[in-house]
Amino acid sequence: MSTDNAYYIPHDAKWPIVGSIGITMLLGGFASQLNGSASASNVMIVGFLVLVYMMFGWFGEVINESESGTYGPGEDASFRMGMVWFIFSEVMFFAAFFGALFYIRIFSVPWLAGEGAGASTNEFLWSNFEAIWPTNGPGDVGGEYEKMGAWGLPAINTLILLSSGVTVTWAHWGLVANKRKQLILGLAATVILGFLFVGLQALEYSHGYNELNLTMGSGVYGSTFYMLTGFHGFHVTIGAIMLTVMLFRSMKGHFTPENHFAFEAAAWYWHFVDVVWLGLFIFVYWL
Amino acid sequence: MATVIDTHDDHHDHGPASGLMRWITTTNHKDIGTLYLIFSLIMFIVGGAMAMVIRLELFQPGLQFVDPGFFNQMTTVHALVMIFGAVMPAFVGLANWMLPLMIGGPDMALPRMNNWSFWILPFAFAMLLGTFFMDGGAPAGGWTIYPPLVLQGGNGFPFMIFAIHMMGISSVMGAINVIVTILNMRAPSMTLMKMPLFVWTWFITAYLLIAVMPVLAGAVTMLLTDRFYDTTFFNAAGGGDPVLFQHIFWFFGHPEVYILILPAFGIVSQIIPTFARKPLFGYSSMVYATSSIAFLSFIVWAHHMFTVGMPLQGELFFMYATMLIAVPTGVKVFNWISTMWKGSMTFETPMLFSIGFVIMFTIGGFSGLMLAIAPADFQYHDTYFVVAHFHYVLVTGAIYAIMAAAYYWLPKWTGNMYNEKMGQWHFWISTVSVNVLFFPQHFLGLAGMPRRIPDYSVQFAEFNMWSSIGGFVFGLSQVFFCYIVYKTIKGGEKATDQVWEGAEGLEWTLSSPPPYHSFTEAPEIK
Amino acid sequence: MVVPKAHCSKRKKVKLKNNRETVSVNKLKQLFASGAVLTFMSNIAYADYGLNMPVGVTETSRQVYDLHMLILWVCVAIAVVVFGAMIYSMIYHRKSQGAVASHFHESMTAELVWTVIPFVILVIMAIPATTVLIDMHDTSEADMTIKVTGYQWKWHYEYVGEDVDFFSTLDAKSNEARQLGSGIDPATVENYLLEVDHPLVLPVGKKVRILLTAADVIHAWWVPDFGWKKDAIPGFVNEGWVKVDKPGVYRGQCAELCGRDHGFMPIVVEVKSEADYIVWLAAQKGAAAAAKLAAIEDLDPRELKQKGKKVYRANCVACHQKKGEGIPGVFPAITGSPVATGDIDNHINLIMNGKVGTAMAAFKDQLSDLELAAVITYQRNSLGNKVGDTVQPAEIAALR
Ligand code: HEA
Ligand code: HEA
Ligand code: HEC
Ligand code: CUA
Ligand SMILES: [Cu+2]
Repeated sequence: MSTDNAYYIPHDAKWPIVGSIGITMLLGGFASQLNGSASASNVMIVGFLVLVYMMFGWFGEVINESESGTYGPGEDASFRMGMVWFIFSEVMFFAAFFGALFYIRIFSVPWLAGEGAGASTNEFLWSNFEAIWPTNGPGDVGGEYEKMGAWGLPAINTLILLSSGVTVTWAHWGLVANKRKQLILGLAATVILGFLFVGLQALEYSHGYNELNLTMGSGVYGSTFYMLTGFHGFHVTIGAIMLTVMLFRSMKGHFTPENHFAFEAAAWYWHFVDVVWLGLFIFVYWL
Repeated sequence: MATVIDTHDDHHDHGPASGLMRWITTTNHKDIGTLYLIFSLIMFIVGGAMAMVIRLELFQPGLQFVDPGFFNQMTTVHALVMIFGAVMPAFVGLANWMLPLMIGGPDMALPRMNNWSFWILPFAFAMLLGTFFMDGGAPAGGWTIYPPLVLQGGNGFPFMIFAIHMMGISSVMGAINVIVTILNMRAPSMTLMKMPLFVWTWFITAYLLIAVMPVLAGAVTMLLTDRFYDTTFFNAAGGGDPVLFQHIFWFFGHPEVYILILPAFGIVSQIIPTFARKPLFGYSSMVYATSSIAFLSFIVWAHHMFTVGMPLQGELFFMYATMLIAVPTGVKVFNWISTMWKGSMTFETPMLFSIGFVIMFTIGGFSGLMLAIAPADFQYHDTYFVVAHFHYVLVTGAIYAIMAAAYYWLPKWTGNMYNEKMGQWHFWISTVSVNVLFFPQHFLGLAGMPRRIPDYSVQFAEFNMWSSIGGFVFGLSQVFFCYIVYKTIKGGEKATDQVWEGAEGLEWTLSSPPPYHSFTEAPEIK
Repeated sequence: MVVPKAHCSKRKKVKLKNNRETVSVNKLKQLFASGAVLTFMSNIAYADYGLNMPVGVTETSRQVYDLHMLILWVCVAIAVVVFGAMIYSMIYHRKSQGAVASHFHESMTAELVWTVIPFVILVIMAIPATTVLIDMHDTSEADMTIKVTGYQWKWHYEYVGEDVDFFSTLDAKSNEARQLGSGIDPATVENYLLEVDHPLVLPVGKKVRILLTAADVIHAWWVPDFGWKKDAIPGFVNEGWVKVDKPGVYRGQCAELCGRDHGFMPIVVEVKSEADYIVWLAAQKGAAAAAKLAAIEDLDPRELKQKGKKVYRANCVACHQKKGEGIPGVFPAITGSPVATGDIDNHINLIMNGKVGTAMAAFKDQLSDLELAAVITYQRNSLGNKVGDTVQPAEIAALR
């Protein structure tokens, strides 16, 4: 809590405003594109680039400060807590989608099929509908489709993510023990596994779209499936990019056994993504 | 262990930069607090102007001024602007200004992120308000953005969704900053149970924010994909359910209303002891009551949905849980009164607004309790009775507390006293008019006037006219408030450091206005 | 919305379902009510504009009213105590009165008291609330069933098993007066905004099960005199029930924001004696059959167009506007519309089946063959369009 050095208050933060402009262009462009504007995707791309530029700039500044010894235990504690609560907010973001999945499976589908108080719903509106999961609903939205099995690619992906959790921990041990080679090897393995996961996920999607006719439009099954796995995949990508940056920094000789908050933050994030995947594997693919 | 907390050497004695860039790049908690407060005042005027359009159209039966579609846009955006643009940023602004001062810290813990939290907001609201100029106009499905109705919106729809995402990002970052600041930046002798209540209530509010803003983000994301990517989360034909959205929305929405009131509780708990010249009664039970309210707020959401056709057990559960909130809230009210009891009270403007808060918030709480009774809510729901309820807790609750805070701390912020006579006038005009504005709405609702309608049958004419008149006067008295604030910033009688005779706390040990960097040296707390 | 006099004291007991214990909510209520009934609330309850919740005309509505009054008075009583203490303190403990501040700031006993007492009060309120709620959920043993479907912006009523169904729309007079800048004083329109063309007709004294659903967005069916409202949700059916004690006309409105004309979809229920109801029902069946027969005849284009204008004004203006100009971005213009000026089969198909995922509903269940033929012909040859072709009711019938 209390620190022996002064708490560092930076001045003249110019990156936030760049970030705001970037995110506004990105999202505003995206919105116009959704509305059918043809040229909007350019705005979107520029916005995205501005955001990337902002991140390089912002994080670069922080990294410089960190490497030049600006931060003490006080700042470090702030960063840690900040990261923990940021991850918690991400957990709640996923909770919304898991909540939707559970609600649909436990309440809305049985209700449409006439269970419990849904009797008249079924009788008057959807009389031939039965509650089986997965389903694309009484309207047979999106037409015939096949379920994504759990024991093919998804099971392999589970193994991949779990082992990446191990490799990142191994890398951490290396860092703490000041074994730079182990750190770099472990990180490299994690990054490779991470991107491999993303690649396989993409393969799975193409299988779903092209062979199973399982699309986002395949009723609630398709909706929840792609929404949950999609946002997860997006987070894996972010995590993998974060770890890549850590890899490059390690190779440049950053981090010390005592001072490597950025590495830990990325690792926490990676574990979070891992745990979410387990939830997905169980509730989306398996049960 | 008083240690020296100082800014980085390079920046020692570094005052504010000058010009526009100062405000854009600032990392100073006072500057950012000021930005938030000014932004919030602007949004209050924008949202208030929309309320004036609503009241104007409802002045008499028949459609005189606006098209029904535009009326719905007014209602929807009025609420979004007031909640996300006026009240929440005002509280964040107060937190920015006051937390470091109150806990004896040099600044917020994450100053750069603090800057971003603010500087996302003007962009988010530009996006939201920009929808008025798009084909199909602004969102018109109510601030609760229920599908399928909201999916019928025009080109403004995706912009509204993304604006909400951006507000969410801003709020989450702001909340993280508050938590980290409180946990990490306190002066060494400032233990948790010594923290002023405003700090405590914000601490708990920040947790609520982190827990629910991402849920809202998830909900609106599903709206977006339902509209543009063929998903069927909220469509029965695909196996989804429109009611699912309501569950997710209110899982966010109910805690949200406590986000809008807990910091207000904190403010009032600072002000009443000052003007009663007596320590706050039941400090620790205040802390526990606030925590209980926060906890309960997560298990009562479906009281907004009693009419959607939940199973009996569900309705009973949510009814009981909701009623329970009256207990910790009651504890707070009783504690405030006990603080006043046998005090030595004076009634300067901040105290007037605080007392107004306690009385009128309680009235709003009572109508809330009535709404909690499920079978009775079948009658009250979606009528002006509900509108009356939430304006009592929001306007005479949250807004009154913010006004009280503004008067209480303006002398500290600016170094100038506001004009006490004008403040008193502002209070009395506001209080009379706000009751003319919202009290008759109880009767309207009970008599059967639904909410969100631009026109009504003639039996409701009289009360609506009263309500509108009250509304116009209340609106004008807020213009007066803007004038008072402006005058105070420009000059006036110099304020002492302590400002108020009965004031206690670290913020009053600093000069008025305080130095650019707050506690460069950690203070000792008795 | 006239409140019967001294209603509270007349009813002695609130019956619990299944003949369980009876609770004497009444004692409490009398306690709170006795002195205070003479005040504000009850006096104005007699005025002809409503101030309080209507007592209503069903057992349920009376229970709800009683519950409402109970909690109201409990709150008033607490308010008197709480605000009383506060005002006392503000008068006597002010500095200008020479008050000197004490320094107490804790009292376990006091805090316990004001935690426990409110809790007990809440339990006392929860008991009658629970019984009433249980009662309202019991839709069993209904004598008849009505299926109510909300549309943007009208109601459809179906007498299940009777082959009678119809739409119920805002009355034409109100509709004219409520247009922006119509210049018509609402006060001159009888039951302004609370009148419909075809009211729902119910028999008195029968338990009617009401099934609620919607075709497009969420609506809510609410007649205050019946004591409840419930949402009509697309794709789902909600249930409620009503047993009306006395014949009369009861009015309500849609109570869930459902878009532009949410404020203009009233509900009117005419409750008749059973004999009158049976006569009415028979007449409806006859009329429906006659309408079906009549529609087969061909009409000349002029007649079709005239009729079409009426249909358009009743069903389409809300979105596509009076002159067919639409509202940019949300509702396309009919004037010059590629659909309304293009291939007629396409046009017919769109009107009959709507367009999924947009506000453009399928009108084939909402309009008769004649009405459909008329409105399509009207759109093609009016509102600035001059295609010249027509469609006859028989052609529509063939497409069903
Ligand atoms: C600051 C915001 C705020 C606050 C603090 C509250 C507080 C409460 N609200 Fe309110 N509410 C809203 C904002 C808020 N509300 C909004 C915005 C809506 C509408 C949203 C929309 O649909 O658009 C709404 C709607 C709303 C509904 C849904 C109505 C409907 O749509 O049908 C309900 C139902 O239960 C409800 C209940 C309550 C309760 C029980 C409390 C309790 O917390 C109140 C507790 C306080 C007291 C009870 C008074 C003090 C206590 C004592 C003096 C002790 C003794 C008292 C007793 C034992 C009775 N509220
Ligand atoms: C913090 C939140 C907040 C605040 C502060 C307010 C403030 C006000 N609200 Fe708001 N309101 C909501 C939150 C809030 N409201 C919500 C959540 C809804 C529900 C929306 C929905 O149904 O989806 C709602 C809905 C709502 C309705 C119901 C609309 C409907 O159902 O169709 C009405 C009607 O009277 C209303 C009126 C007012 C008025 C008169 C004020 C006044 O207090 C405003 C006073 C302020 C000013 C007027 C600004 C200052 C002065 C000027 C701009 C100068 C110009 C002045 C003049 C011309 C006189 N509000
Ligand atoms: C609730 C609003 C609403 C009502 C009422 C409504 N429409 Fe529409 N209508 C729409 C919308 C929205 C579309 C655009 C659908 C799309 O996206 O293609 C549309 C499209 C149309 C079109 C095609 C226009 C074009 O160029 O694409 C025609 C023709 C039409 N409606 C006729 C009618 C008729 C006839 C009625 C009444 C019997 C009617 N509409 C009632 C909302 C409505
Ligand atoms: Cu239908 Cu509101
Ligand atoms: Cu709530």
